[in-house]
Amino acid sequence: MLKVTPRTKRILVPIISILAGFLIGAVIMLIWNYNPIQAYSSMFASALGNMNGIGETIREATPLIFTAIGFAIASSAGFFNIGLPGQAQAGWLASIWVVLANPNLPKIVLLPLAIVAGIIAGAVVAGIAGWLRAQFGTNEVITTIMLNYIVLYSCQYLMQQIMSSRLRIDTDTTKTIAANGSLKIDWLSSFFGDSRINSGIFLALIAVVIYWYLMKKTTTGFEIRSVGANPYASRYAGMSTKKNIMLSMLLSGGFAGLGGVIQGLGTYQNYFTQTTSLDIGWDGLSVALLGGGTAIGILLAALLFSILKIGGLGMQTIAGIPYEIVSIVIAAIIFFIAIQYVIGRLFKNKQALDGAVVKKEARVNVTDNGGQK
Amino acid sequence: MENVTNVIEMRHIVKDFNGFKANDDINLVLHHGEVLALLGENGAGKSTLMSILSGLLAPTAGEILVRGHHVTVKNPTVAKNLGIGMVHQHFMLMNSFTVLENIILGHEITRGPKLDLKKAQTQIEELSKCYGLNVDPNKKVGEITVAQQQRVEILKVLYRGADILIFDEPTAVLTPQEITEFIQIIKELAEEGKSIILITHKLEEIKRAADRVTVIRAGKSVGTFNVADVTDNSLAELMVGRHVNMRLTKPEVELGKTILDVTNLQIKNKQGVAALKGVTFNLRGGEILGVAGIDGNGQDELVEALTGLRHVNAGKIMINGRDMTNQKVRKITESGVAHIPADRQKYGLILPFTVADNLALQNYYQQPFSRHHLLHRDVINQHAQKLVEKFDIRTTGINLPVSDLSGGNQQKIIIARELDRDSDLIIAFQPTRGLDVGAIEYIHKQLLQERAKGKAILLISYELDEIMQLSDRIIVLHDGNISGEVKPEATSDEELGLLMTGVKKEGTTLA
Amino acid sequence: MSLVAILSLLVSSTFVYSAPLIFTALGGVYSENSGVTNIGLEGIMTMGAFSSIVFNLTFADTFGKLTPWLGALVGGIVGLIFSLLHAVATINFHADHIISGTVLNLMAPPLGVFLIKAIYDKGQTANINQSFGYFSFPVLANIPVIGPIFFKNTSAPAWTAIIVTIILWWLLYKTRFGLRLRSCGENPQAADTLGINVYGLRYAGVLISGFLGGIGGAIFAEAISGNFSISTIVGQGFMALAAVIFGKWNPIGAMLASLFFGFAQSISIIGNQLPFFNHIPAVYMQIAPYVITIVVLVLFFGKSVAPAADGQNYIKSK
Repeated sequence: MLKVTPRTKRILVPIISILAGFLIGAVIMLIWNYNPIQAYSSMFASALGNMNGIGETIREATPLIFTAIGFAIASSAGFFNIGLPGQAQAGWLASIWVVLANPNLPKIVLLPLAIVAGIIAGAVVAGIAGWLRAQFGTNEVITTIMLNYIVLYSCQYLMQQIMSSRLRIDTDTTKTIAANGSLKIDWLSSFFGDSRINSGIFLALIAVVIYWYLMKKTTTGFEIRSVGANPYASRYAGMSTKKNIMLSMLLSGGFAGLGGVIQGLGTYQNYFTQTTSLDIGWDGLSVALLGGGTAIGILLAALLFSILKIGGLGMQTIAGIPYEIVSIVIAAIIFFIAIQYVIGRLFKNKQALDGAVVKKEARVNVTDNGGQK
Repeated sequence: MENVTNVIEMRHIVKDFNGFKANDDINLVLHHGEVLALLGENGAGKSTLMSILSGLLAPTAGEILVRGHHVTVKNPTVAKNLGIGMVHQHFMLMNSFTVLENIILGHEITRGPKLDLKKAQTQIEELSKCYGLNVDPNKKVGEITVAQQQRVEILKVLYRGADILIFDEPTAVLTPQEITEFIQIIKELAEEGKSIILITHKLEEIKRAADRVTVIRAGKSVGTFNVADVTDNSLAELMVGRHVNMRLTKPEVELGKTILDVTNLQIKNKQGVAALKGVTFNLRGGEILGVAGIDGNGQDELVEALTGLRHVNAGKIMINGRDMTNQKVRKITESGVAHIPADRQKYGLILPFTVADNLALQNYYQQPFSRHHLLHRDVINQHAQKLVEKFDIRTTGINLPVSDLSGGNQQKIIIARELDRDSDLIIAFQPTRGLDVGAIEYIHKQLLQERAKGKAILLISYELDEIMQLSDRIIVLHDGNISGEVKPEATSDEELGLLMTGVKKEGTTLA
Repeated sequence: MSLVAILSLLVSSTFVYSAPLIFTALGGVYSENSGVTNIGLEGIMTMGAFSSIVFNLTFADTFGKLTPWLGALVGGIVGLIFSLLHAVATINFHADHIISGTVLNLMAPPLGVFLIKAIYDKGQTANINQSFGYFSFPVLANIPVIGPIFFKNTSAPAWTAIIVTIILWWLLYKTRFGLRLRSCGENPQAADTLGINVYGLRYAGVLISGFLGGIGGAIFAEAISGNFSISTIVGQGFMALAAVIFGKWNPIGAMLASLFFGFAQSISIIGNQLPFFNHIPAVYMQIAPYVITIVVLVLFFGKSVAPAADGQNYIKSK
């Protein structure tokens, strides 16, 4: 057994999970007579081998960074926000709607307005779950799942029945937004081989820094983490659990909404009917879990999954291997993250040699005698 | 067969938890038809030893003989088949199941695939009658009293045909009168030929109930004695391993002004039932007011109301002359209240947070710990370093998560954080729960020091000894009312016990 | 349309849409009563749908009318195998139940489509020829009024589901197995001290949910969608989870909730054929199951209806 420090272990566990996930993918491909080496090499080549691929990979990562931060904030506060897809979708539709409805506003007003509209839309959806949790203690896992479907069908209804038909091409697609509401930057796109990369990535990098600063350096972050780790003790220490539940869910939904804004104003430049809950929601959840909720982890995990997703398209064309293997690999990685207890057991804590861990065992014994739970 | 009267022999038992020896060469012999007390401090390894005997834990080394035969108790079913039954300190009950379902669970009578509840009920009613253990078999366990739940636990082991019964700290939740009844029950059981092991750290109970006592300390056997041959003091010394001062010296302190004044406090709990029904008392500086009573008679509600964690329906709470009724927790804390909560891991600490962060939990938002919502790490760390030294908190570093610390050191963190803020009122709720004698002594000393400084201390505890030793005055809570107020030097356990069950004292001033 | 005609259309389409929900929700009831939260029902249904369609397409000529029933069985077995992932992760490997369940949901759709592409070299399957279709009970169908509404051209899987519900209710509340299973969801530590095999029973709970969820997915595929693609199962598993909660973790309750959700689903689809309902925007019916679930959760909170240890890992000390 390898002896490592807890810090090294925190890095090793995701790396081993990634490798194990790739291995599962390889085994599945081998069973069905595909060549995994060809698959993975064509995957990385097409994601990183040319400027367009790199641009698309960054473009793909952008919304994931936002949704992952959204998940991570809620998670710090002790909530499993599985409603990222719905929150992102609300943000997407809201931002597109604002831009289409105000074609004559100057960019300096319209773009921020649309972004804020998207943030608010996402925050409202998540806020419903947060409010129900704060007010009635309703389990947010269930409410956010339910809200995904409520948003899915409501967006369809809003677009088809409420949105002015002047803003739509047909019942399932809106018009394309004008340049004054777009995140597109022409020179950036052309630099990256005419990819759909957009200024959203700069917003995402700022968001990563803000997230890190908020959680680690401010009293607000201290309170959110505190409420997440132990709501009872937080209340005892005079923190408002209700306030922090609401705050963290609003922030979470706001970031998820921003992810949707990027899809609208950056990637697609319009909104179209969705039949299933948004991928960026689920992928953001995966990114946050792989990244362990840390700022740098989220950034790296978002890039990795984007390489897989963009490279997967190339792999399908070049090697003729079904694109779905990418999602299987991602799901497998998250499976290994979920069972990290077992992966962690491959290593021994170096600290076991000094007093701390021995004391921990002693505490376990006090626990069975002393009535502490 | 060497000795048929030895129903159980545990020889050289060792239990190693990753390098920590919870049991280290322990020997124990139980005779047929006796009550054997197993005495040891919290953490001495009593529960571990009994978990091994009842098949919940596997020993690292050692051998077990039951009725002269070598056995391996590899799971609870084996223990059950050997006739060993354990009544756990934390009842092992299903609250949403009926009493009947709880008793038969794991030992069901079936007809075909179907449960035969009728037959089971008849059997259980017979058992109840035989041992005088009355409970309604069709009530949900969540709806009956703690003493009744204990009866369900006893019926459970009897129903399984156990003749070796292990009781883990059975009296912790009972009133003095219920304890007397309980001791009567186990004596009857022993007369019926059952052999009983009584795990306890209460010397007085051993005197009343047990024939012999086995003492263990820090995982090791100390010895076995006839109860009649040993004194309380010598047992205490054997248990702790050094001379213990059973009497605390409590210097005279001049009383200061009234710090806490509670008038007609009324609180309804979540279900809308009155939990406090008009409680009035006051507390002055330099005084320790003990609140005695059985768990669940309004203590939680009282503490939560005083600290702002619970809404008050009527009445008034004055702290330092200011009205603090239904104020926010933080406002009350800042007005000069320190709060040592009953459940340290649930309320007092954030286990994954570091020692430093936990020590800053009450003032992280104030200058100089933070400014403009920005945490000042260096201040937080210096503060932690200072308290770790001052309060002798044993930790390898201030950046270690508190979950890595022992229970005693965890409690010291809370004590340090709360006492260091120099509050006028200290609310200490079960401040020594689950701690060993050394830690208990330390905490009692700290509280007496604060008293000497002129602080007002409200001590709520279910340990009558603690209340009697520390308090200047005692009020007793029963069913949401104060059933009496007494002076520790002028009362007895019997009187307190009666008050705890609601029998009011003649001529009390407050009730 | 006559009243009887309207009612029989309404009842039969409610039954058709309810059957997959009932089976899957019953699975959820068993898993959660054993103490394992299972939000992976959606993924389990997907695997059931996938495998039943593949079986149906392959063996329709061999088994004829029996094919969809055997397909459901195959779906159940595949669902059971797939749910092993969740069981191992949560019971042996201390995984968070929600994350583990999410993995099932993330894994199933791409796995199904990958295999479809690997087998058929296209993104979705052809339509099956042997679907469940409609079934009329002999004799009962001829009863006036009640016959045409309930027993004529009705859904055989739905009636099967109702019978299965009663059996599973009896199993959960009247037998030793049920009592022990529930004890693991209520207080696993206490159950362990009584010699009850907590891990074994939790496996039973999860695997039963895998089997029933797989059947649910298979019935959806073979009675409603008729083929398998990435969008065959979109939300039905979560709706079944909602039915578990709305039904207060009780088999009968879950069945009634499923019938109600099936009704809401069928209204959103056939509403335009019906008087009164054709004036209500479909969106209200589409979101009804989800809104109702939230409302129910809010109303029942505090009345501890969920098994007390649902979603908590039980780690046995050694």
